[in-house]
Order: sequence, then structure tokens, then C-alpha cells
Amino acid sequence: MALLSFERKYRVRGGTLIGGDLFDFWVGPFYVGFFGVITAITASLGTALIFYAASLGPTWNPWLISIAPPDLKYGLGFAPLREGGFWQVITICAIGAFVSWALREVEICRKLGIGYHVPFAYGFAIFAYVSLEVIRPFLLGAWGFAFPYGIFSHLDWVSNTGYQYLHFHYNPAHMIAVSFFFVTGGALAFHGGLVLSSVNPAPGEPVKSPEYEDGFFRDTIGYSVGTLGIHRLGLFLALSAGFWSAICIIISGPLWTRGWPEWWTWWLNLPIWS
Amino acid sequence: MSRVLTNIVLASIGGMGIALLGGCEPGPKQSTQVGYRGAGLDQIVDVRHMVKTAAIPPAPYPLPADGGPTAGQTYQNVKVLGGVSAERFNHLMAEINQWVAPPEQGCAYCHNPANMASDEKYTKIVARRMIQMTQTINSQWSPHVQNVGVTCYTCHRGNAVPTNKWAMPGAQNPNSIRGNRYGMNELSADAAYSDLPTTGFGDYLAGAKNIRVNAHTALPVGRMTGASVQTAEKTYGLMMHMSKALGVNCTFCHNTQAFASWSQSRPQRVTAWYGIRMVRDVNNTYISSLASVFPAYRKGPQGDPYKVNCTTCHQGQNKPLGGVSMIDQAPALKGPLVMAAAPAVAPAAAGAVKPLAMNGPQAAIVKK
Repeated sequence: MALLSFERKYRVRGGTLIGGDLFDFWVGPFYVGFFGVITAITASLGTALIFYAASLGPTWNPWLISIAPPDLKYGLGFAPLREGGFWQVITICAIGAFVSWALREVEICRKLGIGYHVPFAYGFAIFAYVSLEVIRPFLLGAWGFAFPYGIFSHLDWVSNTGYQYLHFHYNPAHMIAVSFFFVTGGALAFHGGLVLSSVNPAPGEPVKSPEYEDGFFRDTIGYSVGTLGIHRLGLFLALSAGFWSAICIIISGPLWTRGWPEWWTWWLNLPIWS
Repeated sequence: MSRVLTNIVLASIGGMGIALLGGCEPGPKQSTQVGYRGAGLDQIVDVRHMVKTAAIPPAPYPLPADGGPTAGQTYQNVKVLGGVSAERFNHLMAEINQWVAPPEQGCAYCHNPANMASDEKYTKIVARRMIQMTQTINSQWSPHVQNVGVTCYTCHRGNAVPTNKWAMPGAQNPNSIRGNRYGMNELSADAAYSDLPTTGFGDYLAGAKNIRVNAHTALPVGRMTGASVQTAEKTYGLMMHMSKALGVNCTFCHNTQAFASWSQSRPQRVTAWYGIRMVRDVNNTYISSLASVFPAYRKGPQGDPYKVNCTTCHQGQNKPLGGVSMIDQAPALKGPLVMAAAPAVAPAAAGAVKPLAMNGPQAAIVKK
């Protein structure tokens, strides 16, 4: 297989975190590494267990298959396989696969000699998953608080868990997260639009450099975030969306059990006017 | 960015985080699973902030044995409790003194001390009607109050007027939008501090509207026949009220996958369904009938007497007074047992079951 243009920089020895040269190999264009092996094992085992657990369930309808966590009575202990134990093993496999994938990204960063921004960003997605399946259940004292693995069933969990707080839109961290999701989408659209408008002009028009954009913003509002800064901003907005999503569910239960609207009574009870 | 600026930004982000936690409950939690595992059907309460059962007052003196001359034979103008033995009648009066009457007034809150039989005080008329109401609740509404029953204390808790009540909201100027909240944004416990309207009380707890806001189809089909946004909000406001009143969340009764589905609901929803109708009966048959008796200061801005909702009895507990039954200490309030207690009703059948009290409640009320 011919080397791709970037492979001269990528396909270099070293940079591994663990295992030295032992796992420092490629399969086709894909770097494997120790963490690639672990990802392959945990992802395959987890997927196989999902299929096996599904085969024990009442349906093969892909929308309705559900592998549920244990009853609350099992607390943070192990449950029998068919009563949530499969969910527990699958969760361990999933976390193993996600974390290994992030560490494989770290190794690739080291091979390329670049920063760890990509695994750092992916880490927020893992954090959001772990928040739902490990941190919140751990804080509440039972794995049964985690969501089940099923397309419809996990949506039912979202609905019911939201209604445990009567009106989830009043959750302050949910508000922040939703705002960041919207801003992230908007910012990406504006940024994509701007790039296309300047570097993909109409026939006969010259390609514009970032100085056009920078100059425009410096003249009109006195500040331009700049070509590097816009990506820092984008990373911040997107990671904030994921981060506050995780926070909004971690606080629901462990730190607040009543309706979320009632949480805002702290504002009404401020000594200034109460 | 300068280091100072960075520090200021980090400090404000950290400060915001701490401020967000400021109103929270970090204490131990108590959890109950109320549905299939992993479906998010759980009740989680913060133990320290749970509503604790208030101290229940001891009986004024031991309940006397039944028998002997009746109150009707002993006293004049006993219209409701005439058949009760005079000893037990006096015991109930002592209890009402303890449960309802302001201590500084005692018996004189309702009675003219010089002529106990006189109906000159409005409070006595009200008390008589409330005794009838309590008897109806205990004898006709067992699908809601079960065998626990209610006494004056369930609502009054030592107050002459129960703490939690409602009346129709004041009229708005129809020619102006200024100050017109359409019953919303009142930030009261009545809608669990949400912006949702509490006008649902009028529609569902006094009026006889049915809650029918769920669509039957995934998408609007043909003519727009679904419920309006306003109706949905009123319903949501009422449900917020019920949750707050009972100290539970929506999953106490519903699987939110399909709110309307009885087969996916818990039996508690059947109890609540009867409860809505019981409150309606209380408000319409008993409280509104006293509209001409209550003085103006016992009425709301529209001149209707203050009415009951779920909080009036429940006060933050899914079983009022923590499920403690006081009815054995006030047997006269049990009312005439004209019908056996309702059998447990399966949720699947709930929609079709008529509450006992609707099969002719008037026939059961003792009127002398």
C-alpha cells in the first residue's frame, strides 16, 4: 500500500505509552498500539455481550432491544448476569474501549509531535458517558440509576429521569449546556460560512486571506479573535456543552432531589428582598 | 491574555460553580425504585429536607365507651351528630377545640358560651358542614383515603383555617395586558415554583374538566383537534402542584413514556384520580355551599370561599400525617357506612371505574 502523504510523519517508531515496540505496528493505514489492541478486545467483547444479552431478551426489534442495569437493591455490588450483570460487564467493556481509544489518540499525538487537544476533547465525551453510567449511580449508591442500553429504552430513561425533577429545563447546568450546544452549532456555521466565503469565492474573484476578516472585525468592533483564537473558542464552546451536560445530570439526584424550578427559590430568598 | 485577566476569568468560573451549588442538598439520599430496572422510575429524596410527620396531638382524654343518651337527646340543635352518644359527642368537641379552634377562644370560636345551641356564629355553621364533609370523605371516598380516613386535624393542624388553600384569582382588566399574568409566573409552591399556571385548580379541582392533553397520534392528523397549549400548561401546572403536595416526582404515578397510559401507570395514579374527584366534591358540594355563610375576609378576591387542593391535606407527604390514622379517636367522623370499602382497582381498569361517591353521594349524607 502506497504511503499516504502524511504517513511519513505519522508512520514513525516510538511515542507509545506502554508496551514499547511490542504493539508499535500498523494494520494497513491504521496504527494499533497496546491501546488499539485493548480497544479491539473490549469493543468486540462488549458488542458480543450486547448481542448475547439481546438474544436472551424478548425481542430482536432493533428499536426495542434493551439491556438494563440492575435493580436498585443490588446497590453498587454485582448483580446476576440476567438481572443487570450483563449491563455491568458491557459498561466495563465500554469504558475500557473508550478510554483505550483516547490513549491510542495520545500515542498518535506523540508520534506526530502535536498537542493532546484531540484526546482531551474526546475525553469530555467519555466524561459525559462516565457521568451518566458511573459517577451519578455511584453518588446515588446503586448502578440501577444508570441508563439502559437500548434505543427506545434509554430515551425512556431520559424522559423519566428528567421528570424526576418535575421540569428539567429549570436545571441551571442544563440551561448552560443547552446554551453552549446552540452556540457551538451557530459558531460552527458562522465559521464554516466565513471560511467558504473567503477561500471559495465566485469564479474570477481572488481568494481572500484571513486579514480581510481580521481587518473587518478590528475596524468595526475593535477586536478580532483571529485564525488561531477562533479554534480555541470553538473548542471551548463545544467542550463546555459536553461538560455542562455531564454536570447537569450529576447534580440531579446527588445534589438536588426536588423539582428543579424550586431550586431557584434561593434567588427569591436572597436577603436583599426576602 | 494577561495572567491577571486569566486568573480573574478562572476565579469567576469557579465562583459561578460554587454559587450554583449554593442552593443544593448534599446530604444523604433515600431512593425507591418504582418501576422496571433502568427505566428511570425512581423516587429520590434528600433525607434532611424530607417533610417530617408533624407531632400528632394526644387525645384530650381517653375516648369514652359508646352508649348512653345520645347527643340529640342531651343537647339542643344537634343536626348532624344527633345519633352519636353524648359522651363521644363531647369528646369530639374537645378534639375540635384542640385541632381547629384558636386556643385563646376555645369553644367560643364557634359557640356563644351563654347559649351553646345557638347558630349565631358563622363558624358553627361552617363546622357543622365540615363534619358532614369529613363523614362523606371517610364513608364515600375510601378509594382515595383508604382505611386511614381523615379528621379535622388532617387539614387544620391546629389552625382555624387550613394553611394551604386557594381561591379563584382576581379578575384582570380585559382591556389591558398590563399586569395580566394569565395565572402564570406567580412563583408559588402551588405550581412547584415553576412559571406554569395555577388556573388548573379552577378547571380541575372545582370545575369538572377532564385532563385530556395527550395526543393519540404521533403527528397532527386532519383537523387540529388536540388540546391547546394553554390546556397543556394548566395540566402541567396541576401536576406540578400534585407532585409538590405529595413530595414525589412524576414517576410516582406515571411512566413518562406515555403519561396517559393506565397500563403503564402505577396504582397510585388510580388513588390520585379519585383524589381529584374527591377534592372537586369537597370544593363544590361542601365549601362552595358555604359561600353565603363565610364573611368577606374568608373569601378570595373574586368572593368565592377558600378551597382545598392536594396540599391542604398532604402538606408534602404522599400520605398525609405520614399515614397515621386518627379516625379511631374520632369515630363519629367515620360517617354512616352505607357502602363497603371499594375493592382495589387495577390501573388498567381505572379509566372505566366510576368512583363510588359518584353513584349517588347525596343519598349517603346524613341530613336531619
